[in-house]
Amino acid sequence: MRYQLIGLNHKSAPLEVRERLAIPESRLPDTCRDLTAFPGIEEGMVISTCNRVEIVTHTTNGHADLRAFLHDHFHLDASALDPHLYEFREKDAVRHLFRVAASLDSMVVGEAQILGQVKEAYATARAVGAVRGQLDQLFSRAFAVAKRVRSETAVGSSSVSIASVAVELAKKIFGTLQGKNVFIVGAGKMSELAARHLMAHGCGSIFVANRTYERAIGLAQKFDGQAIKFEDLYNTCDRADIVITSTGAPHAIFRKEHGEQFLSRRKNRPMFFIDIAVPRDVSPDMGKLDGIFTYDIDDLQQAVAGHIADRRKEAERAEAIIASEVEKFEARQSTLDVVPTIVSLQDHLETIRQAEIDRVRGRMGQLTPEQEMAVEALTRGIINKVMHTPITTLKSAAKESEATTVVDVVKRLFNLQVKDRDVHPQPAKKDEVGTRQ
Amino acid sequence: MPLLWLRFALGCYFIGLVYAFVALSRTSDLFSRIAFHAASMGMVFHFVSLTETFLSGQIVWASVHNGESLLAFLSMTFFMVIYVLYKTTSPGVVVFPVVFFLTFVAALDEQPVLLTAFVSHKGWLIAHIILIFTGYAALILSFGASLLYLIQERRLKAKKPTSLIGFLPALEVIDQIGYRSLLLGFPFMTLGLLTGSVVAITTPTIGRVDFLDPKILLSVLMWAVYMVMVFTRWNSGWRGRRAAILASFAFVAALAAWAANYFSAMHRFGTS
Repeated sequence: MRYQLIGLNHKSAPLEVRERLAIPESRLPDTCRDLTAFPGIEEGMVISTCNRVEIVTHTTNGHADLRAFLHDHFHLDASALDPHLYEFREKDAVRHLFRVAASLDSMVVGEAQILGQVKEAYATARAVGAVRGQLDQLFSRAFAVAKRVRSETAVGSSSVSIASVAVELAKKIFGTLQGKNVFIVGAGKMSELAARHLMAHGCGSIFVANRTYERAIGLAQKFDGQAIKFEDLYNTCDRADIVITSTGAPHAIFRKEHGEQFLSRRKNRPMFFIDIAVPRDVSPDMGKLDGIFTYDIDDLQQAVAGHIADRRKEAERAEAIIASEVEKFEARQSTLDVVPTIVSLQDHLETIRQAEIDRVRGRMGQLTPEQEMAVEALTRGIINKVMHTPITTLKSAAKESEATTVVDVVKRLFNLQVKDRDVHPQPAKKDEVGTRQ
Repeated sequence: MPLLWLRFALGCYFIGLVYAFVALSRTSDLFSRIAFHAASMGMVFHFVSLTETFLSGQIVWASVHNGESLLAFLSMTFFMVIYVLYKTTSPGVVVFPVVFFLTFVAALDEQPVLLTAFVSHKGWLIAHIILIFTGYAALILSFGASLLYLIQERRLKAKKPTSLIGFLPALEVIDQIGYRSLLLGFPFMTLGLLTGSVVAITTPTIGRVDFLDPKILLSVLMWAVYMVMVFTRWNSGWRGRRAAILASFAFVAALAAWAANYFSAMHRFGTS
């Protein structure tokens, strides 16, 4: 395994450094070409997202000077860049890539975007021929591992933003959000974001009330909704299933008696109040009413924190999967490393056998078919017996660290000219290649 | 043979029973699938048992054991319909224990207990039993849904999301299950009671409907609670705690009405 990876990410480098290395999508193909033209690099690709820039390569001898490539390509001083770089080789590079694809190295562990970004980087590099055999195998495996992590752990299953938690809770109350009405009280940025999330999940009409009516109109227009005068709030609020409130009022604007009125007018159909105001807009006693659910900013943040903790727990399970997959990948690669030598050895001995038979055939005179078969069987038997020990040794050495040494010894003993192994594995399926999200 | 099939069904329902208890503390998709398939298998055995009983002419419509078996089967049918419509096994938390209990009693190797009075109009009796049991099955489902609603509502209000929140369907879905069961069950229950009255009037040894008889009194009470549930839901949209209290009351009244079979002068059971 002559894989080598270099890069920086949100943990190793501040934004100022990351943005100097960021490669626009349009320049990725050229960068991949430059990379493969760099001395010592057989195949290479670049992953560039807002949180990371990484170069993954398969090298001729496992020791390409990737730092030099970065310095040259980005015209950066070593002193400015090197302290933020990490570099992995062989097994460690494989592990790192598997972790990246499975979103274990992301800022928000478990987020789904990174896999799509890696797939897109892979597709770009493959399109320009920068990824062929070795990296093809590595990335195909990385995508399969990421899929396994997603299906066998819950690392990406829970929401980790306030807006998405609000949507999740609304779904636990209403099932589908299709046709549910949303009321925004107080035209703040946070409530706009939450409303946008809810609308994206199919909510129906939107109403906006604000003390400054013009601002209500402005926000309502963004959602193709309806602006409501603040004094009409209590008469219209029951039309909404979900209320997002974030006014700057110094006291609660929704109290128990309002809740009772709303429920009575709604025939007790549930209402969900998302209160992101500080101080709170919804009085705590309103949440005690049957059918009214209130979540304030602390409740939502607590839910987010709980989900993050859950993800961390799941990430531990995911790490175990990655570790076992790295071992499997390494074992498979090692086996593949000795295959060309075995094939070459078989070819070599078969050539000798054929040459010897041809050489003595004239001296043996005319042979009957039975005699021909006997000679074939005899010579093949000898060759097989001679090959048995070296092949067994090669196969068992493939699983050990001494594989390279044994391969070299066998090559020298038999004077083998091993062709580079045929590396044309099945490319990743087209539908596995995602799009940048 | 019918008893043997019923016991196979009981074995399958036992898995559902275990699931019902486990699901309250922790959830597992795999276990949910196993329980669902076991319950489906149980229904097949149960159906074979009922069919064999019917085809062999051994069916005694007024037998308590046959009644329990039929009620269990109808409850499972409702459960399956809900599964097809809403893709949730969560009503099983309530339905499976009830079905297991009914099937267990029905599968006991005892002489069936029979209605002692001689019934002259068998058709009315069959209609009465099927209608009233369908009403009971719907009531069980509605009761189960109101309990699940209450649990889910409490969990959401506690603001400490647990795995149970994920296991149970959304509040409005549970509400729909309960309300639809209620609406479906009410006409069956009403018609069941009416056909029961016809049976009573046309049976020579009874000949009338005595509203002071414990069975009749409790059945009417149960029906009245049922009606109040439908009305309050339709008129004021009662859900949650109040609906659960009413549903529990109706369920207890139904149990009491069932138990009254042993005390009623008109609807009396005795050993054959």
